[in-house]
Amino acid sequence: MRKAAHSIALTVNDVPVTVAPGTTVAAAILIAGAPTRKSVTGEPRGPLCGMGICFECRATIDGIAHRRSCQILCAQDMKVRTG
Amino acid sequence: MRERFDILVVGVGPAGIAAALSAVEAEQRVGLVDDNPAPGGQIWRSGVSQPAAARSLLAKLDAAPVQRLQGWRVLDSAERGVLRAECENECADLRYGKLILATGARERFLPFPGWTLPNVMGAGGLDAMVRGGLPIAGKRVVVAGTGPLLLAVAAHLARKGAIVVAICEQASLRRLVRLAGHLVKEPAKLLQGIEHSAATFGAKFYTSCWAAAANGREKLETVTLERNGKRWDERCDYLACGYHLIPNLELPVLLGCRIEDGFVTTDDLQRTSVADVFCAGEPTGIGGVELALLEGQIAGLAAAGKIEEAKKLALRRRRSLGFVRALRDATVLDPRLKSLASESTIVCRCEDVAFGALRIHPNWRAAKLHTRCGMGPCQGRICGAATEFLFGWTAVSGESGIRPPVFPARVSSLTTIAWDKKET
Repeated sequence: MRKAAHSIALTVNDVPVTVAPGTTVAAAILIAGAPTRKSVTGEPRGPLCGMGICFECRATIDGIAHRRSCQILCAQDMKVRTG
Repeated sequence: MRERFDILVVGVGPAGIAAALSAVEAEQRVGLVDDNPAPGGQIWRSGVSQPAAARSLLAKLDAAPVQRLQGWRVLDSAERGVLRAECENECADLRYGKLILATGARERFLPFPGWTLPNVMGAGGLDAMVRGGLPIAGKRVVVAGTGPLLLAVAAHLARKGAIVVAICEQASLRRLVRLAGHLVKEPAKLLQGIEHSAATFGAKFYTSCWAAAANGREKLETVTLERNGKRWDERCDYLACGYHLIPNLELPVLLGCRIEDGFVTTDDLQRTSVADVFCAGEPTGIGGVELALLEGQIAGLAAAGKIEEAKKLALRRRRSLGFVRALRDATVLDPRLKSLASESTIVCRCEDVAFGALRIHPNWRAAKLHTRCGMGPCQGRICGAATEFLFGWTAVSGESGIRPPVFPARVSSLTTIAWDKKET
C-alpha cells in the first residue's frame, strides 16, 4: 500500500501536484518544475538556503504573497502561485 | 497573546532542545520558540533519516512540560525581558526571566557566475529540500564548498539515490591532513567521517577544487569546476554549494551580546555579556551536534540556577573546543575564491546588485546606501556574509548593527500594543 504515502493534492500555478505528507511547498514547486519567483530584474529564481533565511523561495500561498515556501508544509487543496 | 516564562529558549535544534530539557528538569516554566514547522533545527530536520539520538531527544521533548511555539519567528526585543514574535496569523510578547539563545547557523554562499540559477542551492540547502520531500533519486548532483557538511550532505543524498558526480572541497589536502590529526583525538567524529566516506564511495572527491561557474538557460545544466587552474564541465541537475556554516547573530546582536571574531562570547556557563541572556550551540562557535548538546545542557542548568552541575559539564566542554579551532583553521577559505565573481555577477540576490557595483564602495554601510545591497527581505543575511569574505566588510556585527524587526514582519505585529507594564 504505497498510496497512503502520496496523499496531499495541491496546485502549483494551476498544475495539479500530489505529494507525500511532510513535503514543503518549496519542494512541491520544484516537483512542478516552476521557479519560485522572478528577481527584481526578471531572472527566474529557485530555493537557495532551504531554511527560511534567503527569501528566494517566496511564493503566493492561498492568496497570501511573499510566504517562505521552504518553511510551510503542503496541505490538501492548497493553491500555490509563483513568479 | 502574552506569555511569561522562567526560561525562554530561542531555537529548537540540538542546543535548544538540550537547554529546554535541562531547564524543565529543574522545574522551571520553560518556553521554546522556533520558526520551523517542526522541531530539530537544521541538523535534525524532521524527515526520513533522523539519527537515533535525535529521535530519542525529540521524544523526550514531546513528553516534557515545555510550551512550544513552533512556526513562530522572533522579531524584536521591545524592552528588556520581552521578545516579540509572530506566527502565521498572530503576534505575541514573550516575557522571560532568563533567555537562552540557540539560534543556530546558516550557510555562507559565495557568488560566482550563474549561482543565481534555479537548482543551485546550498549544501545544507539541497539536503533540507530533500528532507522536505524533493525527489533526488537518479538526479546528478555536484556538492561543493567547504567543511564536513559537504560529506554529510553527499552521503545523505547518495543514500537517497542521488548520483553524486563530484565532491569539491576548497581546502587543500595538506590542511585536511592536519585536521585528521585532531580527528583521531575525537573518535566519535572520526567514525562519522568514515561512515560518510563509505556512503559516498563512487563519488570523486577533489581538494583545492571549487565551482567556478554554473551554466544553463532557465535552470542549472552544467557546473564548471576548477582545480589548480584547470577547468572542466560536469553535467548535473543540482549544485549543492556552501562555504562554511556561519552563526545566526541577528538576535544576539540586537540584544547587545558581545561578539568576538564573529561569534557570541560566553563564559564557562554559557552566559553572554548581557545579564540573564545565555547562548548555546553554533552562535558561540561552529562545533557540531555533540558540542551544541553539551552547551545547551550547560545553559539550561545554569539558567535554572544549578550552577554546580553546569560547572561539571563545562569542564567537558572545554576539551571539545580544540576541535572547533582545528576545523576552523583547516577550512580557511582560499583567497582565489574572491575572484570567481565577474563584474556582472549578482552578489545581493534580493535587490540584484552586481559585484561591479559593490566593489567601488568602502564599506557595507556605503554599499547599502548607494546600491540597496542588503536592503531586501533577507536583510543582508546572504550577501552580508559574502561581502565579509569578498571585501572584508562587517555586515551583521559591524558598525551599522542590526535594527528591529530582525525579520520582515506584518505591520500588525509591529503596531500591536506591547505588554502592559502594570500587569507584571
